[in-house]
This record gives sequence, C-alpha cells and structure tokens, in this order.
Amino acid sequence: MTSVALNIIGLSRDVYKGLPTTLCAGCGHNSITNHLIKAMYEFGVEPHLLAKMSGIGCSSKTPAYFVEHAHGFNGLHGRMPSAATGAKLANRQLLVLGISGDGDTASIGLGQFCHMVRRNVDLTYLVENNGVYGLTKGQFSATADVGSTSKGGIANEFETIDVCGLALELGATFVARSFSGDGKQLVPLLQAAFAHRGTSLIDIVSPCVTFNDHTGSTKSYAYVKDHELELNAPDFIKGSEEITVDYEPGTAQDIQLEDGSHVVLRKIDHGYDATNRTAAILMLQEARARHELMTGLLYVHPGESDLCERENLVDEPLRDFGENDLRISREDWTRMMASS
Amino acid sequence: MHQSVNDFTIRVATVNGSGSQSANLTLTSAIFRLGIHAAPKNVFPSNIEGLPTWFDVRVSPQGYQCRARDVDILVAVNAVTWLADVASVRTGGVVLHDAALKCSEETKRADITYYAVPFTALAKEYTTDPTLRRYLTNMVYVGALAELLGIDENAIEAALQKQFRSKPKAVTLNLGAARLGGAFVRDTLVKTDSYRFTPVPGGTDGLLYMDGNRAAALGCVMGGCSVAAWYPITPSSSLCESFIALCKQYRLDPATGKMRAAIIQAEDELAAIGMVLGAGWAGARAMTSTSGPGISLMAEYAGYGYFAEIPGVIFDVQRAGPSTGLPTRTMQGDVAFTYTLGHGDTKHIVLLPATVLECYEFAMTAFDLADRFQTPVFVLSDLDLGMNSWMTSALPYPEQPFDRGKVLRAADLNAIESWGRYRDVDHDGIPYRTLPGTPHTEAGFFTRGTGHDEDAHYSESPVVWEKNLDRLVRKHDSARTAVPSPVVEDTGKNVAILAYGTTHHAIVEARDLLLADGYTFDYLRVRALPFAPEVAAFIARHERVYVVEQNRDGQLFSILRTELPPEVSARMISVRHYNGVPIDAHAVADPILQHERQALAATGENVR
Repeated sequence: MTSVALNIIGLSRDVYKGLPTTLCAGCGHNSITNHLIKAMYEFGVEPHLLAKMSGIGCSSKTPAYFVEHAHGFNGLHGRMPSAATGAKLANRQLLVLGISGDGDTASIGLGQFCHMVRRNVDLTYLVENNGVYGLTKGQFSATADVGSTSKGGIANEFETIDVCGLALELGATFVARSFSGDGKQLVPLLQAAFAHRGTSLIDIVSPCVTFNDHTGSTKSYAYVKDHELELNAPDFIKGSEEITVDYEPGTAQDIQLEDGSHVVLRKIDHGYDATNRTAAILMLQEARARHELMTGLLYVHPGESDLCERENLVDEPLRDFGENDLRISREDWTRMMASS
Repeated sequence: MHQSVNDFTIRVATVNGSGSQSANLTLTSAIFRLGIHAAPKNVFPSNIEGLPTWFDVRVSPQGYQCRARDVDILVAVNAVTWLADVASVRTGGVVLHDAALKCSEETKRADITYYAVPFTALAKEYTTDPTLRRYLTNMVYVGALAELLGIDENAIEAALQKQFRSKPKAVTLNLGAARLGGAFVRDTLVKTDSYRFTPVPGGTDGLLYMDGNRAAALGCVMGGCSVAAWYPITPSSSLCESFIALCKQYRLDPATGKMRAAIIQAEDELAAIGMVLGAGWAGARAMTSTSGPGISLMAEYAGYGYFAEIPGVIFDVQRAGPSTGLPTRTMQGDVAFTYTLGHGDTKHIVLLPATVLECYEFAMTAFDLADRFQTPVFVLSDLDLGMNSWMTSALPYPEQPFDRGKVLRAADLNAIESWGRYRDVDHDGIPYRTLPGTPHTEAGFFTRGTGHDEDAHYSESPVVWEKNLDRLVRKHDSARTAVPSPVVEDTGKNVAILAYGTTHHAIVEARDLLLADGYTFDYLRVRALPFAPEVAAFIARHERVYVVEQNRDGQLFSILRTELPPEVSARMISVRHYNGVPIDAHAVADPILQHERQALAATGENVR
C-alpha cells in the first residue's frame, strides 16, 4: 500500500481538486487553477472554511475546478465583490477567495471592485486577466492595452485600466501581479494573499488561447514572455515554520504578515521597497511607459484594519447568534415602549 | 354649523428648512396629551431649504388616520403659497396667519375667519439670534394655536420636554416663544370661530407615536437581522439609520463592547442587495432598505436570489415614480415590479404592511419567511407609512423563536445517507441547505444562477430545467398559507372593497361615508403576495369587488386579474389614486358611490 502524502492539516492533495475543467485546452486559467490547488494544499486551507466566490465569465467558472466540496458562489457579472463582502460579514472565519476576470473586474464590475478595495474586505481577489471576453467570443475588455489588436485585426483605441495601479490609488493593502505560467512566483503569492488580512489583489495575466494569443495581442504567451520583468521573487513561510533559507544581506525584503507568516521577497530589482505605496505607483507608471510587465508582490501593507475591524464586529460569526443574543431584553423593551 | 369639537384638520403651511417640523410635532404631541387622537401628515418637497411644505394634523372622534381632504384651520406662514393656501380652507374655516401676510380686498374670502398674529415680529422681539428666531417663529404659532383652540400650557410643556429630552434650556426657550403667541391671542384677538379641543381623559392611554421606518427597524433588531447594507434614498433612509442607532445601543457584546451587527453603506443598491445575498448565503439574517429607483438596480440580484434560493429581506419604502418622480411623495407603485422582479420566470414573496404595528411584525415575519422559503422577501411600505408619525399601541415583545428554516448542520449530515441542495424531500418545494463553514466533507455545494440539477450541478437539460421551475412554483404555492393572511370582514354583503397597505386608512373612513349614504360593503385587506386562498374565495363570493390602490395602473388589480379565473376576476372594479399625496376617503367613496348608483340604475337591483 502506498501512503498518500498529506498536508499540515492531514488532507491529501485530491481534496483540493475539483471537477474537470470545461475551459479551452491551453487556457491560462487552467494553469492558475492548478497553482491554486498547490497553494491551498501546501497552505493547509480548511475546505469547509473556504468560500469560493466568482462573477461571470471564463474566469468565474474556475471555482468549480478546485476544492469541489467547498461552498461556492457563482454570482452576477461584476457583482461578486458585494456578495463576498456580505459572506465575510456573516462569518468572518471564512477564507474568502474571489475569482474574477478582466471584464468582470475592470469593465462591468469596476465600481464594486473599487469599493471592495477601499473597504479592505478581507479576501483574496484574483483577476484572471486575458484582456478579452472569451465566452462572448473575443470582444476587448477594459484591461486591453491601447493598440493591442483583436483576433480580427482591429486595434483597441481606448486606454487600459491597470487594476493594480487603480487598487494602489484606492488604498489597497496587498497588490501583486503575476503570470499564469509562472507557478513558482504565483504559488507563494497566493499563500501570502491567504495569510494577509485585508483585500489581497493578484492580477494574473492569463492568455486566452482561443481569442487573444495572436501577434498584436499584449496578453499572449509570446508577448508576456518578451515583456515580463520580475520585480521580485517571493517565498512564503507559514507562521509556524522557521526561516531556514539564508538570504544574502540586502538582497531580500522580509515582510511579516498578520498571522505570523512571512513573505520574503528576493529582490531582483535591488532598490525596490514593496512596502512603499508611492514607489509602487511610480514603478507601475514607468513600466507602462516602457511596455514592461512588472510581476511580483508590488505592494503590501500588513496591519491595516480590515472591514470587520473597522465595523468593530464581534469575533464570532454573526450567523451563529440566536434570539437571546440579538433581541433587545424584555426590560429594555418595556422601558423603550414606555418612553416612546 | 360645522361640527367643530375635536373634529377638524389643521394645516400648517411653512417654508422647508425653517425648523417647523419640531414645532409641528410638539403641536401633535400636545394634542395627544389631551387624550385626543391626532394624525399628523407631513407633505414636504424634495428640497433642503426654501420650498413650501405643509403639515396636517387631523383630529377626529373616530380616530381616522388617513389624510383629510378639507382644511379647517390654516396656519399660514409662507408668503409664497399664502393665497393658494387660503383657497384650500373650507367654508367656515379659520386662517391664523402671520400679520405680515396681507390679503387684498379682492382676494379676501368672506366665508372664513382671519386671525393675524405677528409670529415673526414676536420672535424678533424675543431673541436677537437670527437662526433661533426662525425656529422660534414656529413655536409662536404653536402657542397662538394652543390659545385659540384650548390646548393647556402643561400639554405644550410636556410635549416640549419629550421633544427636547436632554436639553432643558431648549424647553424653556421654546415654551417662552409659545407663551408669547398665546398671550397675543388672549390679549388682542376675539375668538369668533367654534373650533376647539375638549380633553378626553384617558383617550390616548396605551398609545404612542411612531413612524413605520422606526417600527420596521425595531422589527429587524427583534427579528435577528445582523447584516444590513443600504444606499441612502428618500423615503427609506431613516429605516437603516434607525437600525444603526438601535444596534449601537442594543447590539453590543456585553464583554467586549463589539458589535453583533454589521451595517454597510454600500456604493449603490446593486451592491447593497449583493451584500445581503452574500450574507444570507453565509447564514446571517440580512436586509436592505430602499425605494423604487433602488429596486430597479436590484432586479438582477433579486432574480438570482429567487433562482439560487438565498434568503434576504428587502424593504421598499415606496415613493412616487416613474423615474425620480416625486421623491418625497407617496405611492403604492412597486407592487407589480417587486412581485416579479428579475428576468425570466420569477415570483417573490411580498409583504404589504398597513400600519406601524405591521411594519414591526412583518419585518420579523419577513426574516422567518426568507429563511423558511430560502428566498428574497420584499416588505412594501410607503412614504406615508414609513416617514409619518402614526398613533399605535405599544409594540409587543416577540414570544416566538426565530424560524431558521431547513438548514442541515454537520450532525444532520451525519445522520442522513446523502443530500442534494435542491431536492424536494418534503414535497413542499422547499429544499435543504447548508451554510459555508459547516465542518463536514459533504456540506459544500456550488451556488449558481445558471441551470442546475437537484444536486446543484450545472445542467442544461430541458427536463431538469423545467422540473426545477415547477418546484419553485410549488415552493411559491407553499408560501400562500405561510404569509400573513388577509384581514377579512365578510358579513354577507353583495359588494365588497379590497385594498392593501396604507390605502386601508382611507377605506376605514370611506366605509363610514358610504354607510351615511346607505351603502355597506364587505372588506378584505390583502397583506401579502402570493395570495392566500381566502382572497380568491372572497372575490368569488361577491358580485362586485372594488380594488382600491394608490397607483395609476391598478397594479394589484392586474396581478389578481392574471392569477384568478376569468369568471372571478370579472367581478373586480379598479379604483385608483395617484397624485402623490396620501389617499383620502373621498378618493375611495366618490368613485364607488358613482359606480354603485350606475350599477343600480342598470340592473334595478337594490344592493343596499
């Protein structure tokens, strides 16, 4: 009998798998799903505490493809952030994972995305970004770059919305960018995002092999390969683990997250400080001018209050309270009615 | 001479933003303290300052709470509307006006009594602070009116003490202004009219004033709502604002001082209902409150909630539409819209409170129904009910525990062989659900707005799709006997009236008016959709049923006509009121009387 490998909470990797994908073969989203499975298995995510939230689009189908037995909520196009907010308020013990796409986030859902970020709702929010509408066959989304062409050869004339830049403006506390093909970078980013308290945004360029992988696209495998620059390479060290790797002094930035975990950014670009919001905004602007795709943990600010803390919520899930906890006492009621 | 003891309507015509509201509430409260039933109605503009506003206080021995069509006593303060306001006074009525307002000999009416009191000038003498002076001008007319009509100064003082609970200085200041008005009337005017108050000892014992929005907020607290999300909109804002205030006082964890409620001011109504459904899905009792324009934005998620079967409560304090319409005026305008809110085949549970007590009770009921039927539940109040103060008996303390519906916990899952999210195990159309966070490997399922089978798996099968829609109809039908049942007064008459919501208060008076003409009618008040079986039976039993409502197109009438057999619905006659102000008894009685006389003339029968 071969023994099955188990993670730190005693679960096998199979528990983190889902139904077979119905997306196109070679879709970047499928790679992200696989990286998510690895990240959650290694992190030791409790499946019953996971809430998989999504909107509408190819990206939003993916919650069916991992942790099959977790609760999922496939909501409305662009309106997942509000549902995720409600779920977190009802039970703040849930690990909320929102999966969205570029149309879902930057076009139809821009408003809810912005307000989720500014409220610092505690969730991990992935944008599986391919710059194009897949399910409706190839229309541009708001993250398509100016001049980028569609499969039919038409150039996009409108300015792109950089969800990372926007999130930084809105006070985001965790902003990362990655590439669906780079599990080595994405897995620790995902784990750091799970550990961070507050909105953790990861914008993941994820090529659409069917509608946006041609010459002229800036979201194709080839384009990303030519234009990606790793800003930093993260290592995630879970709270209970010891840091065993030695980093050469001055080459790594060690950031402790709220649960005691560490994310260590091995610095490719030596001068970059991932805890400096202004530097992050400037870096993104400069990279955009140079047509470079900067990946890594762009910005993190641990310790900021999330929505539940700002609302001064009790630690217990609200959903568990009953009549005796929620009703005004009989004495107070009588007094209130007498003075009304 | 017109009956004038404890039976008349006072209208105060002022300028918005001048602080008249607290003076008018003091007046109402003082009358109430005499043991007299006083029904206030505020008719105000969509404006913060400067536009005309009217406040009616109606007193009647019958305790009518609907708006009166005729004005007996006008308090005129607003120069802009003054002539039109005077024109609204009934023959034999009284105008108590600021001495600065003048009538020319041509416009002066001979059939009414004028009393000029220098409200502004007296306030000017009283205080030098210009802001204070504006406010106190209002108390001067309250004092003048009190003297003219016989409201004891103690009643005014007690009302002020209640109004300014924690500000004894404000009580003294306001009382002083009222005394000036009173003294002027006493010293310089000769009363020639016969309107007056006579105290009714014990007449208002056990009653109190409350607006429907506060009552609904109290229902939310007692109904266990712990997540609220809202976007400010007139006339619903005060519902969530009351809820916030109540939670800050009564929802604090005694040990930690932390909140047992989360209330989020959302970016729009679309996000508000999204938060409600997210919270409902995760197991909390959640609500939002809004008005028509917000309902429009909620359409997609409302349909989602119906189809994915997620509990949530949506208060719609209706105002006059379409579009921005008359945002500070009332209407029963969203009945048809909310009932089927969503695209495709959608039918919601809709509760129709008519009173402050029902705002409170139905709020609690709504949370139980939402959990029991796993669906969004709408509570349709309106501006008149939500924002006006109404006399009510004290709200009773709830004796029933929450009904959290069919929720499977980990232990339940251990006890059964298998479960499927949308299986109709009990044949009532209501499936079982699990909550995220349930520590069991089989608890999880995928909630979706796309086609799904009994086990919540994606499906495009025509058979599965149709079967699911049919089950949802079964569930809707199960709700018919669970929603608040209609209030029926069936004494075997041939003709009846059917109404819902605040229209009820006009029906009460209209039935008295019709009785004076010799006509008596049975009456059914619908309190919820879907219709209870009694509704069809009641209509079928009568020859004619007048369906009275406050909208142009007869929305409930149309729903009834769609859902009832043609031979039953053919008995209905639609009576509609839609000018933005609350319906009055004449708007009910006049068309009914006219129709009945025609019916009599046509058939020769005697329906009396």
